Amino acid sequence: MGSISVSNLGKAYKQYPTRWSRLLEWITPGHKPHHTLRWVLQDVSFSVEPGESVGIVGVNGAGKSTLLKMITGTTQPTTGGVHVNGRIAALLELGMGFHPDFTGRQNVFMAGQLQGLTVRQLMELMPEIERFADIGDYIDQPVRVFSSGMQVRLAFAVATALRPDILIVDEALAVGDAAFQRKCFRRIEEFRAQGTTLLFVSHDVDCVKKLCSKALFLKDGCVAAFGVAKTVCDMYEKALFGGLEGISAGVDIDARLLEPLVDESLMSNCEVAYGDGRAVIEAIWLENERGERANVFGSRGLLVLKYRVRFNEAVGRIAFAFMAKTRDGVALFGMDTSHMPEINGRAFALGDIFIARFELENAFAPGVYYINCGIRDDSADPPVFLHRRVDSVLFRVKSDELTFVKSGVINTVAAFELASA
Amino acid sequence: MSAMLRALWNYRGFILGSVKREFQSKYRNSLLGAAWTVLNPLAMILVYTVIFAEVMRARLPGVDNGFAYSIYLCAGLLTWGLFAEIIGRGQNVFLENANLLKKLSFPRMCLPVVIILSALLNFAIVFGLFTVFLLVSSNFPGDAFLAMLPLLAILVLFSIGLGITLGVLNVFFRDIGQFFGIFITFWFWLTPIVYPVSALSDGIRDAMVWNPMAALMEGFQQIFIANRWPQWENLWPITLLALFLCVTGLGLFRRHVGEMVDEL
Repeated sequence: MGSISVSNLGKAYKQYPTRWSRLLEWITPGHKPHHTLRWVLQDVSFSVEPGESVGIVGVNGAGKSTLLKMITGTTQPTTGGVHVNGRIAALLELGMGFHPDFTGRQNVFMAGQLQGLTVRQLMELMPEIERFADIGDYIDQPVRVFSSGMQVRLAFAVATALRPDILIVDEALAVGDAAFQRKCFRRIEEFRAQGTTLLFVSHDVDCVKKLCSKALFLKDGCVAAFGVAKTVCDMYEKALFGGLEGISAGVDIDARLLEPLVDESLMSNCEVAYGDGRAVIEAIWLENERGERANVFGSRGLLVLKYRVRFNEAVGRIAFAFMAKTRDGVALFGMDTSHMPEINGRAFALGDIFIARFELENAFAPGVYYINCGIRDDSADPPVFLHRRVDSVLFRVKSDELTFVKSGVINTVAAFELASA
Repeated sequence: MSAMLRALWNYRGFILGSVKREFQSKYRNSLLGAAWTVLNPLAMILVYTVIFAEVMRARLPGVDNGFAYSIYLCAGLLTWGLFAEIIGRGQNVFLENANLLKKLSFPRMCLPVVIILSALLNFAIVFGLFTVFLLVSSNFPGDAFLAMLPLLAILVLFSIGLGITLGVLNVFFRDIGQFFGIFITFWFWLTPIVYPVSALSDGIRDAMVWNPMAALMEGFQQIFIANRWPQWENLWPITLLALFLCVTGLGLFRRHVGEMVDEL
């Protein structure tokens, strides 16, 4: 119980050029096709042994949700097949199917019955569901007065009331508060310890590494890699921050990943850029203290940010600036050159090309960070950007022996002493 | 087929629960609650009776009973109401439950079953009242009343067969739902429900052979007006048509259920 095997799975959606094409296709003799197929998932094969935990990673639109929907059976595959052995509980879009006018308790019954549970089973499970959801008297209020967090709590409690053979978790848990998330993960861990197979979709690579032994990396609807979670996650991150050159399905990747990442294409795909065009930031990159290009760094040490600027007009009184931010957009460290008279007073001519270099101590905690770069005209009021590139470079700080921080975003050298008083 | 029935049986809790919830939700925030189930058809019957029996002085030829026209009207209107409810909800069943269909895996055939059961529940309430009225006014048809069961079975089979067929088509061609809304109005007035079949001219009366519902409605009306068992030989066409529609509907559903989820 609890095994999943997926073979040559493919999913294509039919696209009709006009609304009449489908009718034409249905009524013409021989059913001559009038549609084109748009493939969202192609040739996916892998198998999961009972009790294994597999993480699924990939950018939005890579086909993760489609894959899960086919495994749970809501969507039918176009090619290939899925063999599932055992009862599945899927935590996809928690709270779906809750009826707003009915009370929490009534909705628990409805959701439970949709999973095929009987009223008697649900009566027995009810106290445990109430205890886990922990929403107090709200259980007897209509669901429309619930906060979205409460809905998720209740939905999670119902979906996991009975230990399933296979548990499928989409990024649904991101909604609850931290304490509840912790509770959910504890329950997932418990199930896993009791032999439940876990399929886990997340953008949080660290979480996948922690929770899963294996991982599946989907890219453009195909399997880019399937294997040991850590290896696959690193590949995913590399693909996310850099390019995907040279990565082919699951082979010969380990050696490359031990090297520091020195991809030529450091551009993120979430960049936003604007400016009046009097200057252009042509390239942005990071270097380590040895002067090598990198986007993965150890803790501490030096970070060097460089960018190349070409001036399209003669300008004076400008400032070079940059900013490092967390994924949630919290600004961590930003600086510019407005306080430096030698830069501030300098004039640049049409066609000049310069390389700006910022060197800073790496005080970032392990994680992923985003960098903005900009060139600002301070003579105008308010200052205008000649060119500004937002989220144009991503870098990652790994944890190693110089990581002192346990929580937070700053890593600084710290010591602890305990003296008897 | 047997696998489907077994799946339905396993989900009986969900089916019955849905029927119950549907019934409750309709009247959840109303003060009179379930009374509306009765008040609506009662108002409709009142309107028809007043207009046709009192204002237009319509009388059933050959029947000398003050209540005859009202009884005739109820026999047709209530059963047509059941027919219209099953079809109307059947053709929208997949669209309305798009959320469930897209996100959850469960035997899809539960949905039409829920529709049949909740329509039958509503019917049972109004029809129960009608029966009480018949008993009180001593117009109860006697053992011919039993003929209701086979007639209702045919009616349900016919309407759900048509309902599912339209329901599947409606997912792909939304015009179906719009069109059928108009169509069923014409169908109602082209079936002898409000007026007796004798009011029609000979030519039109012969054309009623092509209206499968005419024979069925006549069956119902005969029970209550003439206390007569239906003429079974007239009911063969609609029974065969009902079976044919059920097979077609299920076939269409099977063939397109995957594509349907993609389309919703």
